[in-house]
Amino acid sequence: RQCVNGPGAIMCASGKYSSRGPALIPRMKTKHRIYYITLFSVVLLGLIATGMFQFWPHSIESTADWGLDRRSVHDAPLIRLPVANPIPERGDLSCRMHTCFDVYRCGYNPKNRIKVYIYPLQRFVDEVGVPISSTGLSREYNDLLSAISDSEFYTDDVTRACLFVPSIDVLNQNSLRIRETAQALAMLPRWDKGMNHLLFNMLPGGPPDYNTALDVPRDRALLAGGGFSTWTYRQGYDVSIPVYSPLSADVELPERQPGPRRYFILSSQTAIHREYRAELERLKEENGEALLLLDKCSNLSQGVASARKRCYKGQVFDYPQILQESSFCVVLRGARLGQATLSDVLQAGCVPVILADSYILPFSEVLDWKRASVVIPEEKLPEMYTILKSIPHRQVEEMQRQARWFWDAYFSSMKAIGMTTLQIINDRIYPYAARTYEQWNNPPLVKWSSVNSPLFLPLIPPRSPGFTAVVLTYDRIESLFRVITEISKVPSLAKLLVVWNNQNKSPPEDSLWPKIAAPLKVVRTKENKLSNRFFPYDEIETEAVLAIDDDIIMLTSDELQFGYEVWREFPDRLVGYPGRLHLWDHEMGKWKYESEWTNEVSMVLTGAAFYHKYFNYLYTYKMPGDIKNWVDAHMNCEDIAMNFLVANITGKAPIKVTPRKKFKCPECTAIDGLSLDQTHMVERSECINKFASVFGTMPLKVVEHRADPVLYKDDFPEKLKSFPNIGSL
Amino acid sequence: MQARKKYVLLGLCACCWLLLFYWGGGVQVRLLKLLGQQRGDVVRPWPDWTDRVLLPGYAQLEELQTGPGSAESPRQRHQAWTGIYKDSRCRMETCFDFTRCRRRGRDGFRVYVYPSEKGERGSESYRKILTSIGESRYYTTDPREACLFVLGIDTLDRDQLSGQFVPNLDDRIKGYPLWNEGRNHLIFNLYSGTWPNYTEDLGFNIGQAILAKASLNTEHFRPGFDVSIPLFSKDHPQKGGERGWLVRNTVPPRRKYLLMFKGKRYLTGIGSDTRNALHHIHNGKDIVSLTTCRHGKDWEKHKDARCDHDNLEYERFDYQELLHNSTFCLVPRGRRLGSFRFLESLQAACIPVLLSNGWELPFSDVIQWNQAVIEGDERLLLQVPSTVHAVGHERVLALRQRTQMLWDAYFSSVDKIVLTTLEIIKDRVFSHVSRNKYMWNALPGGLLVLPEYSTHLAHFPFYYLSLGVSPGQEFTAIIHAVSPLVSQSQPIMKLLQVVSKSKYCSQIIILWNSEKPLPPRSKWPPMPVPLTVTDGRRKTSSRFLPNVAIETEAVLSLDEDTVLLTSEVNFAFLVWMSFPERIVGYPPRSHFWDPVKNAWGYTSKWTNEYSIVLTGAAFYHRYYHYLFSHYLPPSLRALVDRTSNCEDILMNFLVSAVTHLPPIKVAQRKQYKELPSPQGTKMSAPWANPEHFAQRQECVNSFASWFGYMPLVHSQFRLDPLLFKDQVSVLRKKYKDLERA
Repeated sequence: RQCVNGPGAIMCASGKYSSRGPALIPRMKTKHRIYYITLFSVVLLGLIATGMFQFWPHSIESTADWGLDRRSVHDAPLIRLPVANPIPERGDLSCRMHTCFDVYRCGYNPKNRIKVYIYPLQRFVDEVGVPISSTGLSREYNDLLSAISDSEFYTDDVTRACLFVPSIDVLNQNSLRIRETAQALAMLPRWDKGMNHLLFNMLPGGPPDYNTALDVPRDRALLAGGGFSTWTYRQGYDVSIPVYSPLSADVELPERQPGPRRYFILSSQTAIHREYRAELERLKEENGEALLLLDKCSNLSQGVASARKRCYKGQVFDYPQILQESSFCVVLRGARLGQATLSDVLQAGCVPVILADSYILPFSEVLDWKRASVVIPEEKLPEMYTILKSIPHRQVEEMQRQARWFWDAYFSSMKAIGMTTLQIINDRIYPYAARTYEQWNNPPLVKWSSVNSPLFLPLIPPRSPGFTAVVLTYDRIESLFRVITEISKVPSLAKLLVVWNNQNKSPPEDSLWPKIAAPLKVVRTKENKLSNRFFPYDEIETEAVLAIDDDIIMLTSDELQFGYEVWREFPDRLVGYPGRLHLWDHEMGKWKYESEWTNEVSMVLTGAAFYHKYFNYLYTYKMPGDIKNWVDAHMNCEDIAMNFLVANITGKAPIKVTPRKKFKCPECTAIDGLSLDQTHMVERSECINKFASVFGTMPLKVVEHRADPVLYKDDFPEKLKSFPNIGSL
Repeated sequence: MQARKKYVLLGLCACCWLLLFYWGGGVQVRLLKLLGQQRGDVVRPWPDWTDRVLLPGYAQLEELQTGPGSAESPRQRHQAWTGIYKDSRCRMETCFDFTRCRRRGRDGFRVYVYPSEKGERGSESYRKILTSIGESRYYTTDPREACLFVLGIDTLDRDQLSGQFVPNLDDRIKGYPLWNEGRNHLIFNLYSGTWPNYTEDLGFNIGQAILAKASLNTEHFRPGFDVSIPLFSKDHPQKGGERGWLVRNTVPPRRKYLLMFKGKRYLTGIGSDTRNALHHIHNGKDIVSLTTCRHGKDWEKHKDARCDHDNLEYERFDYQELLHNSTFCLVPRGRRLGSFRFLESLQAACIPVLLSNGWELPFSDVIQWNQAVIEGDERLLLQVPSTVHAVGHERVLALRQRTQMLWDAYFSSVDKIVLTTLEIIKDRVFSHVSRNKYMWNALPGGLLVLPEYSTHLAHFPFYYLSLGVSPGQEFTAIIHAVSPLVSQSQPIMKLLQVVSKSKYCSQIIILWNSEKPLPPRSKWPPMPVPLTVTDGRRKTSSRFLPNVAIETEAVLSLDEDTVLLTSEVNFAFLVWMSFPERIVGYPPRSHFWDPVKNAWGYTSKWTNEYSIVLTGAAFYHRYYHYLFSHYLPPSLRALVDRTSNCEDILMNFLVSAVTHLPPIKVAQRKQYKELPSPQGTKMSAPWANPEHFAQRQECVNSFASWFGYMPLVHSQFRLDPLLFKDQVSVLRKKYKDLERA
């Protein structure tokens, strides 16, 4: 038999480098030496060249394109719009991705990423030369476009693009001439009824009624708009974005520890309708100091930016710094639904209390605002104080943290806003590769400390079809055969797999093997590596795997069967017999391995342990860092690595079953001596420290319990117990 | 000598390169540029304007902060809205009368069902819906206190060609005095429109009523107002419902077939675009897509060249077998957007691949479907095979488990579908006391998470791991006292001592359920922890009332005569810390199926497995108190109070129904309640009474019938301290007391 078929072949091939390294320099013939020197030089040159590539392209390019790139906005070509130019239709409210969006342009691609094209900048003027926009390209829109062009979404190939972003700035409708802007859009070479075009707008509508979506006729173009109401927002088509606050760039508010603040509720907006202001005043009267109602400052000295100051009864406060002094900050609707204040409030880590009926919150398609804000119907403004008081402190703290995280990740810059918008559209087009709720909503700290087990469904798998025992062996045939005979007595054994790790010796002939009822298979490995025991062999057809060493002959059939039953109740854990512990050595300031009989356990040895076959995949293909190679190089600690891996991904402790203490066969003591060896223990301690540093944390969980049969050592007739033969030492 | 040569050579080479670099720069630059261009992305197309810093801001700060003051008063605006945004533009703000739901929480959300007229028998499905509402905790018989109204007339099937069609709906509805243009009404519908276009038309004017409809189209869906429900058959179980078919997570997770479809091929009419193309992806190997033309009366009229061959192939495969053996299942639109197939594949853990453009997925407000299904696009049918091929093992595993989670939480019975609909609407009405998306999408599902308890994730027993936090290191002991206080040597005194000595104990609450009045504080011994005595009003269920005094997450529930050691308490608490969502206790019991009586049996005998641990001594999360009192129907709690029994069984039912897992038994020194109760208590021990036992048997059966299935699960192990009864020195053992006889 050769190597294992299928994926096994890869594994076998992968380890051929090992014995070549050290033989480079000593004793070669002179002509060889010259040859080596040349080779060496070539390599050196290559290295230098690569170094050049690393650092050079930018400067080279900028010198080459100098003349082109260092341009002023005013150098952009001027386009004159004929009066009779067609005007696109008003946006179609029934548009959805499957009706107004051309998916064929996006196509299937292995990266599942849309390609975005940006039109080159042009300056549009009407017949008489008046520009269509009073501001032209704004700083924010320029930032947005350069962020897109720097991103992985960008393509400069218009034919490959899935999404088109015009360079016509429509962020603020007030600065636009509606009709001419629409004409300009229609003139874009790929406009095609606005199909797959994305417009960014933050301040929609104009007096007196302030529409909640951009008034510029735009055919089928997608709109990323700030301040959508539920009637203008086309769910699953438009993207609701925040109104960017330029203060984000100017003011740095350091993140504050969540917790109670000086004020409970703060209102900092200056343009609040007088009815609402009266309402707030009333709340303030009732609840006193807990509320702070700020307004415009009427008597500021010249030269002070009024936008950066707020006043209360002559007292002057710095804005937005004052926001950090409150637990909750009111964000009321103005004439428009979207308010730049929201961004300031989030930046300050203040929990926004949003009172804007029908408002579609920014990025609400993916962000769970209930965890970062309190949305109250405008009608319930008088009840605001009671509602907020009923929220538990711990939740307020979590909301504060969440609010700041939302700002950091999605509000803080035009780049963040643009990238989030594109990612949302990307998630719609490739829903099967979409980011998850946790990816969108969990702050980095939570992402780091939380676990989302890949086997999260609470299942207790049925007893059949049993488990597959995987015995790793080298040459202890006698002991191996005894192990096989013992295991074969376990009722739930489905198959026995012997991993023959000895390349110099062939396994015994078929006829010599013990005759057992369950099928027995032998796989030969290409290299004597410990990780072979955790390879996901195709031969393992059951979910449950029993990893067992070829010298564990003491386990009774009852003990093994019971272990399997326990594993069925904990299919996502390691369920094993000998337990071990990790300890923090205060003197040395590092982790220590402990094999004494203690009251605690954090690992079970895989010399005899049940676990899910899924973990074989993880061990073989997803083991972080160089742990796998380390284990193979040291010929030790594969079990510790497995314990780390499982604990890290599930966040759960292993289960130790039955009290058995002695595991090895008496005649194996010679080898057993090894595991008592002091150096062996030191090496295992080293492993723990090494793995903890690779994982970046100590994932192992310490518990004080083990699993015994319900009637274990109870005063009860032995013959009526399901697992009588357990725990004899 | 040799070394020098080497260095010379090296130096020469370096010199050459440097020379080349200084004088032959052009060559290199060209070379580098060539490579650079191949990388493509390095080209920076949006220019870095020289006058970038001079660009104007998109809006002045003043403009952003002050904004245009709106002259319109909020009240006027609100009134104007109600006039404009109605019917097809309805939203909760404009079409729903919140004043009807004034009271807080559950009391504010009452659902009234109109009585159905005599002689009228709605369809079976509609009867099930009405039964579900009737049995729900929101039901009211008084229309005056109702927040939501449900019609007694069957509106499920609005296909005029159908036998279930109810004519003249408009007139009949107008006759309802409370109709009020449909405000606060909820209308259920499964089928709308008819051949050939199957429009969304219901054949009557629903006005401002909320529509809970299957196969809803995104265009007609009023976001935040309507509720999309799944299409379910008339055989869908009323309650309980079959669990998902996934029993194990096999790896590799791929099944025999990659993708399957078996269904009708429409040759004409709406939906035929997709159904007529499905056969293209059939390859007979890993992708099985079978269509038949044989449906409807006159199929042979439209028959085409494929039909005969396809019909033959169609017969070769069994639908159920395909469901079991396929990784992905195509769920294309039928005539309408939704189909039975959707729920079928969800249950079968066959990951649905949707081809139904414009379908508003069931409960789309709250469920994150992209984590459970593959949303395809009808236009890209031919890409489907490569798309599903590209889905990795890990994702298949995750998607598949999520189908099961969703099926089990929201779809497996009519009860769940109806309750989910109501809860979604309730969350909208009380939006500031509602579930967040995470609660809806994580185990155990939104129906078991009551936002009135808390809206904070860390307050629930289910989310510790996914939040990366652990439960608090303290517990509250609640002692259920029934016998009067007569002596200082009573068991309860001993118990108080034992429990208060635990370092994890933060407070003790005595629930006074005795006939005698509450004893004064001075009668109780001094305690190192706060002691509260509350009046339980002699109701057995009161021991699980959500007591506001409980400040810790862990609760230790105790009977007054429980005999425990401090170390036993400590050990059990540490075990609970590892399993905060389960009950961790000492004395086990078991249930079994009695085929002779054809009913569930209950046993207190010593057996090798158990499914209940008695709450006379058990740890659990305090949230279960809230669930016990607010999730379970009053009828079950009344049963408990009437019989003064079974409250522990009911608690075990509840927790197992939530977790799908057995409770955990831990080691105990003494056999619980083995000895006759000590003198001093006049009452005879209730468990000695045979009637008591028969009652418990009955309880198990009535609980099982309310849940609609048997939630209890057996376990075969108990958790002991690591060195329990090991032959090692007692000095090494942390819990040596447990071994003393």
